[in-house]
Amino acid sequence: MMQIILRIIAGLTCLLAINASAQAENLIISLSADMVEIRSNFTGAQIALFGAIQPDQGATARRRYDVVATTRGPRGSVTIWQKQKFGPFWLNLDQRKMIAIPSFASVLSSRPVADILPEKERANLRVGLDQIVPEQTSGRDANLPAFREGLVRLRSRQGLFEENASAFRFLSPNLFQATIPVLATAPIGKYDVDVKVFSDGALVASAGKSFTIEKGGAEQFIWKAALDHSLLYGLVMVFISLIVGWTASVIFRRD
Amino acid sequence: MQIYLPIAELPVDVFFIVLMGMAVGFISGMFGIGGGFLLTPLLIFVGIPPAVAVATQAPQIVATSTTGAIAYWRKRAVDFKLGMVLLTGGLTGTFLGVAFFNQMRRIGQLDTVISLSYLTLLGLVGSFVLIESLNAIIAARRGRAKPTRRGGQHSWYEGLPFKMRFPRSGLYISVIPVLIVSLAIGFAGAVLGIGGGFILVPALIYIFRVRTAVVVGTSLFQILLTMIAATLLHAISSHTVDIYLALLLMGGSVFGAQFGARTGAAIKAEHFRFLLGALVLIVAVRFGVELMGQPKEMFSVTATETVR
Repeated sequence: MMQIILRIIAGLTCLLAINASAQAENLIISLSADMVEIRSNFTGAQIALFGAIQPDQGATARRRYDVVATTRGPRGSVTIWQKQKFGPFWLNLDQRKMIAIPSFASVLSSRPVADILPEKERANLRVGLDQIVPEQTSGRDANLPAFREGLVRLRSRQGLFEENASAFRFLSPNLFQATIPVLATAPIGKYDVDVKVFSDGALVASAGKSFTIEKGGAEQFIWKAALDHSLLYGLVMVFISLIVGWTASVIFRRD
Repeated sequence: MQIYLPIAELPVDVFFIVLMGMAVGFISGMFGIGGGFLLTPLLIFVGIPPAVAVATQAPQIVATSTTGAIAYWRKRAVDFKLGMVLLTGGLTGTFLGVAFFNQMRRIGQLDTVISLSYLTLLGLVGSFVLIESLNAIIAARRGRAKPTRRGGQHSWYEGLPFKMRFPRSGLYISVIPVLIVSLAIGFAGAVLGIGGGFILVPALIYIFRVRTAVVVGTSLFQILLTMIAATLLHAISSHTVDIYLALLLMGGSVFGAQFGARTGAAIKAEHFRFLLGALVLIVAVRFGVELMGQPKEMFSVTATETVR
């Protein structure tokens, strides 16, 4: 791990030197892994994020930088159900369908996002956990706050949405590091990491990278078999069950 | 020790799941039921997606009922003829049940359907068995044990057309009610991830008055075959049978079932039925509380589609 970190830092410093003549404020980021493989002992993963900010050529005084890193997992549509009283029962009677909802979201920042920039700006740039659910355009009352908040609350409770306002460690004023936690229940697929750097409430630089979570070895094999060769998979399952049951009866036979 | 389940897509504690299988296996061996009505809610409770819990329950029941069915078959306590008739209804029911299961999953009402059906089914069966066994216990205390079957006394449904003789069960009845009951059980089994033993055993005893000696064996035989079909159908249509989870569960339950069967053999028939009724009713009450109590969280989310 340490080796990787050192290598990344060395790489970033190199890049900084090369880009020294560029005019714009530059941001270079790197992830400690671009693929997480799920094996049978998988209980989650930590992905290290490193970034280097190259300040403006003309800027003399060192500005204070704020960093926000938003990680979004594979997007999909979800249905949010609201329970309503029906006779003596509480049933899922009202529902909203929402599209383009990330199955995993983490918003890491150097201080609370609300302090970094005003809400209107945050909505424009989609910064903050409350901006994760995109504006819905179809359906009746598609953007009813109760449903949006319900979704964020439920996902947060499952640990799939999370916000951390003290996630960044500055190794130097221009070099920062953070850890993106990936839960064991996080779905497989492509994860996009979007890093934005602000100074005095203004966006000065941004950069993106992505990583994937994949099932490895046996897990991938079983999952594929269940999907692509479902009849064979079912037959093997039945066969194993019969063998297990028969073995137990042989072991416990008392005569 | 944690292990990642490839279909359920989450890690679980190996020992906890094996232990859970063992506990349910004990109860299952004791009463000659699959134990699915206990295990499915438990699995959902520990975070397994309902669709995976229900589908994975099927192979787990196959393993436990194989052990039981072999034991009863050795004792010649299986009525194969009755079992085959029950199976015909059971398979049709399973087929319809799996289709219904997938439809409900599609429209997002699966959880509600599972909870409501558990409440109704377990509530009815549990109360009935409990009351009947209490009466039997009281009658036995007073020294007036009621004969379970009087010669020449028949209910109307036994006299319907298509009568068949089942010598091993001591029956000569119409196959129509037998088919209807087994169809309903097969349907419930596929939807709820239960073998239906807790319905079939009382049904055979009270509705068809099958000789008690062959009830459990025949029920296990029919459950075994129905659940083989359910495993295949779930594997093909919903792809939610988790082989790791199934192996962990059956590893515990086949052993639990052996000890359960020995304990069950030492209990008096009416006490046996009382315990079964009480157990079923407790699970029903739990579902009732969940459905009727003021919910802490009004919202729930189901992912309809994810782009990988």
